[in-house]
Amino acid sequence: MKSKSRTSARSAGQPTIKTGAQIIVDMLIEQGVDTMFGYTGGVVLPLFDRLFDAPIHFVVPRHEQGGCHMADAYARASGKVGVVVTTSGPGACNLVTGLATAMMDSVPVVALTGQVRTELIGNDAFQEADTTGITRPITKYNCIVKDVKDMARTIREAFYIASTGRPGPVLIDIPVDVAVAKYSTGGSVEMELPGYRVRTKGHTKQISTAAEAINESKQPVLYVGGGVIIANASEELRALAEKAHLPVTMTLLGLGSYDQRKPESLDMLGMHGAAYANYAVQECDLLIAVGARFDDRVTGKIETFAPNAKVIHIDIDPSSISKNVHVDIPVVGDAKDILGELVKDVEYRERKRWFNKIAEWKKKFAFRYDRKSSTVKPQYVVEELCRQTESKAIITTGVGQNQMWAAQFYRFTRPRQLISSGGLGTMGYGLPAAIGAQVARPDATVIDIDGDHSFNMTMTELATAVEHNLPINVCILNNGYMGMVRQWQELFYNKRYSKSYLSNPDYAVVAQAMGAVGITVDKKADVPKAIKKMLAEKKPCVVDFRIEREENVWPMVPAGKSIDEMSGLDILERLI
Amino acid sequence: MKHIISALVENKPGVLAHVAGMFAARAFNIDSLVVGRTEDPALSRMTIVVIGDDRVVEQVRKQLAKVVPVVKVQDFVGQPVVARDLMLIAISAPPEKRPELMSLIEMFRGKVVDIGQKSLMVEVCGPESKIEAFINACKPYGIKSVARTGTIAMSRQAKTEP
Repeated sequence: MKSKSRTSARSAGQPTIKTGAQIIVDMLIEQGVDTMFGYTGGVVLPLFDRLFDAPIHFVVPRHEQGGCHMADAYARASGKVGVVVTTSGPGACNLVTGLATAMMDSVPVVALTGQVRTELIGNDAFQEADTTGITRPITKYNCIVKDVKDMARTIREAFYIASTGRPGPVLIDIPVDVAVAKYSTGGSVEMELPGYRVRTKGHTKQISTAAEAINESKQPVLYVGGGVIIANASEELRALAEKAHLPVTMTLLGLGSYDQRKPESLDMLGMHGAAYANYAVQECDLLIAVGARFDDRVTGKIETFAPNAKVIHIDIDPSSISKNVHVDIPVVGDAKDILGELVKDVEYRERKRWFNKIAEWKKKFAFRYDRKSSTVKPQYVVEELCRQTESKAIITTGVGQNQMWAAQFYRFTRPRQLISSGGLGTMGYGLPAAIGAQVARPDATVIDIDGDHSFNMTMTELATAVEHNLPINVCILNNGYMGMVRQWQELFYNKRYSKSYLSNPDYAVVAQAMGAVGITVDKKADVPKAIKKMLAEKKPCVVDFRIEREENVWPMVPAGKSIDEMSGLDILERLI
Repeated sequence: MKHIISALVENKPGVLAHVAGMFAARAFNIDSLVVGRTEDPALSRMTIVVIGDDRVVEQVRKQLAKVVPVVKVQDFVGQPVVARDLMLIAISAPPEKRPELMSLIEMFRGKVVDIGQKSLMVEVCGPESKIEAFINACKPYGIKSVARTGTIAMSRQAKTEP
């Protein structure tokens, strides 16, 4: 896997007496942590005292949820483990959304939470919450450290578990008396994880069976998920797609794993995916899933998903295999390793008829919008962002229409370029994610393509961006509605827009009040120059695009339908 | 179909909550779940009886193995296995009914462990089918209460099979 933690047992050197808090900081440094996010509070005072002069860049969010998303996006942008620390009770509870987001999208995050004194646990003490109980289903692993002698080992295990196998968040709960307890740390620190094994090497026989199936296939499709990005396997994916000549479609989280400018790219599939990707999947005779998990937003009606296909599934998590869709050729292991082996055994096939068919679909059903419209179309904003940044920016998103338009109209060319809450669909993710990504990649252009209501949820973090002089860009596709909800209400609830409209503040003024730059755009003609100004700004910049109010995302697979039963294709065809 | 799944787990706080929580979160049905110590103080054994088709049980097995403190998972389906359940059952037993009840208890190789004025407490051990049969046989007398351990199981060694 990626970012290997140091796994070897080794001595911590000369025995010295240290407090639990000092051991934590020493272990963070041992694990290569140079940046972390977090918010202080009563029971983490000993830890924050040790962090006061530690060589760690520390970013304090305005709310712990924001801090957790920042650590998550920092991890996604850098490939390293993101670290977040909060106090007990409310601090820990505020991590819940962030941890669940990281869990669903397999992001390596280590969360350290303070806890009340050991002898008070269970007494409903001030700021006490059963943190390990609350977070157990939304972490890959969690535990409470009740004895300072276990501290070093537990922290090391946390980083190892978070970053290996299918990554995920790990939470360590630390009672304040354990943080101040002293311990002589001369002994060796060996991990004790008898139940945790990671299989990286793929089964050789399975790999050659998969290669045979690929060589025999007349209509294959590669279906690629975020696992390829996590495994840093984009190069191997490119080699496989080119050598065997395979069309490639990606999930939302898979975008960036394959350069969308290449002819083999079928872009995103699924509910709001490209029609040509969905048709190709439905008609393929071989579906090669890599680091993807057959999520319901991808498969639509599961019984009729890829009905004629033999399925190869390459995944590091054995429990993903045959969970939703029957798999004919499973290969469990690290995508980088397996794709590297697989590429050796595949042969070039022209598959002319298949590629011709795909080319026709691509022509007919490309993502389109009404360019002649006089209003500000959200798709135009995204296209213009892509043009001016030459497909090179890191894009974060909110959730809903803004997220889908970003996925449809920005062209992603390299891994770790799109940072979006896919599995959990967390509104409010975009702004803190942009901050986390900018901290990880100070030189990159980072743009949060957000919705007005997603932005409303976490906009307080703008102050964090200002404080740290992070030149993030926020593009609010402002239609006043919770746009995706409104779209469903329009299509399926007889236009009864129940509670999906809220009044918004003037975002440009809000931005300026917080020390950022704020721009409002309500004319189509002003879009290019506003984006140009935004990109030239050294300060955080918020652009409030007053977009067409009732624009919809097309195509769309209605709930319960097969992915080739898309609505909106007539609209796309009319716009040719 | 019922599957008996045996999981060797680290003997740590929170493991039972983790396993039980995973079952609830993934909507798997537990028929019974037994936890006990093993010969190794660092390990406990959980024996879980699950109801579901093969696909569901395969997911149960994989999801269990994914829980970090779970060391080893075995599904006993299709294997020769010794499976036992222990039951304490209190049966209404007025003096005039006791002789016939005693012979019934003997047939099931049960043991009377407590005698009250109007009832008997009986201990019965065996495969689930036997326990169920005994409960049914006692129904006409009146069952006051039942406590069962749930199934524990171990696979048979071929050579020691009877």
